[in-house]
Order: sequence, then structure tokens, then C-alpha cells
Amino acid sequence: MTTTSILAAADLSKAPRDLLPVLIAPIMVLVALPLVGSPTTWVTLTVAALAMGMMIFVIASGLTLIFGLMDVLNFGHGAFIAIGAYIAMTVLVPLSGWIQSDALTLNLAALLLAVTAAMVGTGLLGWCFERVIVRPVYGQHLKQILITMGGLIVAEQLIHVAWGGDQKPMPLPNGLRGAITIGDFALEKFRLLAVAVGLTVFTVMQLVLNRTKVGLLIRAGVENREMVEALGYRIRQLFVGVFVAGSALAGLGGTMWALYRETLTAAIGGDVMVMVFIVIIIGGLGSVGGCFLGAILVALMANYTGYLAPKIAVASNILLMVAILMWRPQGLYPVARR
Amino acid sequence: MSEPILNLQGVHTHIGQYHILQGVDLVVPRGALTVLLGRNGAGKTTTLRTIMGLWPPSQGTITFDGQAIGGRATPDIARAGIGYVPESMGVFADLTVAENMRLAARLGAPDAARLDWIFGLFPALKRFWQLPAGLLSGGQKQMLSIARAIVEPKALLLVDEPTKGIAPAIIEGMITAFNELKRERTTILLVEQNFRFAASLGDTVAVMDDGRIVHRSTMQALAADSELQARLLGLSLAAHQ
Repeated sequence: MTTTSILAAADLSKAPRDLLPVLIAPIMVLVALPLVGSPTTWVTLTVAALAMGMMIFVIASGLTLIFGLMDVLNFGHGAFIAIGAYIAMTVLVPLSGWIQSDALTLNLAALLLAVTAAMVGTGLLGWCFERVIVRPVYGQHLKQILITMGGLIVAEQLIHVAWGGDQKPMPLPNGLRGAITIGDFALEKFRLLAVAVGLTVFTVMQLVLNRTKVGLLIRAGVENREMVEALGYRIRQLFVGVFVAGSALAGLGGTMWALYRETLTAAIGGDVMVMVFIVIIIGGLGSVGGCFLGAILVALMANYTGYLAPKIAVASNILLMVAILMWRPQGLYPVARR
Repeated sequence: MSEPILNLQGVHTHIGQYHILQGVDLVVPRGALTVLLGRNGAGKTTTLRTIMGLWPPSQGTITFDGQAIGGRATPDIARAGIGYVPESMGVFADLTVAENMRLAARLGAPDAARLDWIFGLFPALKRFWQLPAGLLSGGQKQMLSIARAIVEPKALLLVDEPTKGIAPAIIEGMITAFNELKRERTTILLVEQNFRFAASLGDTVAVMDDGRIVHRSTMQALAADSELQARLLGLSLAAHQ
């Protein structure tokens, strides 16, 4: 009997899928419709939430893997968001001719260059951050919090030194301004791009995590890194790779976030980190699928409550997190632990 | 007796402020199944973890196949040819049985003939090939844990209490599996509390107490001497049997 035939013959049992948490998002969307009243406003809010959710997911996905794989609480993740956004801005400003051009290809080329620079820059920075700041404090949570917070503060101050302390405009390419109109519904182009980028990142991550040996190692390492080492794999090297990839994704997310706001300050990373932490806690620490769902839920909640009850909007995501943790204390899709 | 494949001399291990191993001298002969017995807390699991590099020894030497491995990183020790089945089984619950096995085959895809042989030993693994390991029963997880350790041939297998909490029917299957591994001349160091299981498999035996080896003999000699068993294993003997 060959391996292939063994695998085919053995394909008898499939895992039951836990779809209950996935249903929360459509339920939230449907419940919001009568509350919002106007279908056009409801569509606008929902698309805006999806775009926001995708950007938060891109930022949070690396952080959740970093925590899951090595138990590292990286409060300095915000530094990569901010530095990524500043690098992108630095690339975009001299390319103003391309950005203001009516040719979408030139717009996208400028954006691609900026995103690439941001990801490479934050990836390299992440490599240095892991070696210099994180490596000496493996397994020491309190020191991790203190030193990575310190790293964030230092990074923000270095941004002030390099780019100045004032608020900077983030130039959004011409072709991404405005909206596409379908009937009565207007869908902002940049938001649609953000959704596409988020879905692409999620799909690529799922393919890597489920179809490649590196992905298997990451998933196994999140669950029981000691056993991965006992099988002969050097998980420290894997962790460095995940840290670099997570930092690069934060750079990508930071660029998208700054384009969304069209301005940026050194504090842009710190501002978004509260939501990022809520997302990875709701999703289940270390779970990419949970992080994806958590990001959508947080963004939907923020947008709907921001419109319906602005006074509670600030607290709405905390309430969402409390509700979810009362239902599932380990998050929506907890990672099995040793 | 054949030359030792593993030799521990004066090994001490500290875990935090606790001095767990206090000068372990242990010889594991090549091609034999050596059983490590002892009361709870005697240091058996710590001995296996120290050999694997999961807790570094604070003193002493560990030699495997002529190489000093004491204090080396766990992946390097595993790559030297040591397989490990921990007491907690260590299966990756979110990964399917197939993925667990694929991960354990570090040098490439699992060999088809060897996979066949493993399915012969543990048929349940074939049945639940695509099921997440977290959904398996305790016995099936133990089978997976052992199967994972032997998916590639290993010079030495460290197995920590494989019968703990496992149904008798599955233990019988495990005896068959370990006998198969013995026939394949795999060296095994087995930590066990179940004396009947240990006696049915062991070639040599070492008994630990308070972080030291206090007795070494053939398993046959210990199994035949109930007075010695009572003295070495004390009140826990009833539980062993």
C-alpha cells in the first residue's frame, strides 16, 4: 500500500467545525439594520467596519502569533505601525506626481512602492527589536511589558527626531479617493481596497499555516513549543521569522491605517493598540482565525455604536470583550495548550 | 551485556531552588529496553527531561552514542537520534493526526512502508487520520505520541509513563508495539509505574529514589525477587501491580 492510498483510504473522519462564533458577525449586521434605519447608511457603516476590521486584522495577526508562539507580550508592536506609516509617507511624498496622476496604475505603483518599503523597513526593525529588546526577556512577562513599552516610547521619540513632532498629512492616491456608486449605495474606493488587502493577507496566512510545513510548525509551536523542539526543530529561528513577518504586517497595517485617516502622528501606533489587544484577546491568543473574526466584530461594534450611541462608543468594545469572555473565557477560538 | 548507548554519570539537575537529581548514574545498554522505576517524585521524569535537554543538568555528564549531549539544546539532542514521548503525550491537539505525523517526519514525508507498519501497531490512527488530535481518546493520543516518536527510526526512545490513565485493552496493544520495537533493536528507556507492564517488557531495570539510582539489575532478577521489590518500591508496590 502506498502512502497516497493510505491517506485516501484513511480519510474517514473530519473534525466537526465550531461555527457558532462565526454567526455573531452576521447576527450583529442584521440586528444593526433596523436600528440604523436607512439601508444606505447601514451599508456605508458596514463596509467602513469591514475595512477597519481588515486593517486591524493585518496589524493584529502578527502580534497574536508572536504571543502564541513564544508567550511574548510585545507592547512595542505599535512602534512598527507608526514607523511603517512614516516610511510609507516618506516614499509617497516624493512620488506626488504619481499619486496625483489620473492613471490608476501610477497610483497603485506608488502605493506598492510605499507598502514594500514600509514592510521591509519594519521587518528589519522587527529583527533588531527581537534580538536586542525581546530576546533577553523570554519567559519574563513583567520585564517584557516594561521593556517593550519602553521600546515603543523610544521609537515614538525617534520618530519625532527623524520626522518632526507635528502631525503629517498622508497623501492618498487620487485613484483611491471618492466612491463607487451602486444604486443608492456609495462604497468608498479605499475601503474596498482595505477589505481586499485584509482578505488577501488572511488567505495567504491560512494557506501558509495549513498547507506548508513552516505553517504546521507555527501552529504546533503556538500549542506546545517544547514538544516542537523535542521533535528536532529549532523554534527560536522560527520565532525570529514570525516576529519579522508580524512586524512587517504591522508596517503594512500602519500604512493602510494612516492612509485611511489621511494624517499621521508618532502616536498612531499606540492609539490603535488598545483595539488590537481587544481583538487578539477576543479571538483567542495565538489564533489567526479568531483574530480575523475578532477584528471584524470590534470594527462592526465601533462603527454601529459610533453612529447609534456615540456616548458609549468608546466603551463598546470593552463591553463586547467582557461579553465574549463571559461566554468563552479563552476567546472565540482558543488555541489548545499543553 | 552490550555496550551502552546512553550513559549518565553524576548528573544533578536543579529546577529553580529545588535540587531534583542528586547524582544520577545510569547506563542504558544498546538494543535493550531499560525500565526506570521509582516512587512519585523520585526524579524519573526529570531524568528523561534532563537527557532531552528540556531541563539542563547543573553537574555531571550525559553521553549518547559516544557524544557528550549534556547541556546541548533540545533540537540538537533530538537530531542526534533520540525520540521522546512525554508523560503529557505532547500531541498537537489543533493539528490532525496526519499533520502530527507529518511534523514528526523531520527528514521528509513519512515513509510509506514505515507508516504501514505503524498502522499495523496502532490501527486507530489510520481510522482517525484526518481528525484533530485533540478529539482522540487518551489511549489514542498515547498511540499517536508513540507513533510520532517512531515515524523515523530512532537510536533511542525515551518514553514517560505510557500506561498512565490508559485502558487495559490499549495497554495490551502497547505491549505488542514495544515488543515490535524491541525486535527492531530500538533502544528504549521506559519510565513506568505499572510494574506488571514494565516486567513484561523490560530487559534491564533501574530504580530511583530521592534523585538517585538506588538499584540496577536485569528485570528478570527484580521480577523474581518479591522481597527486593518490596524493599525498593515500598508501599507503592501494590499500586504497581
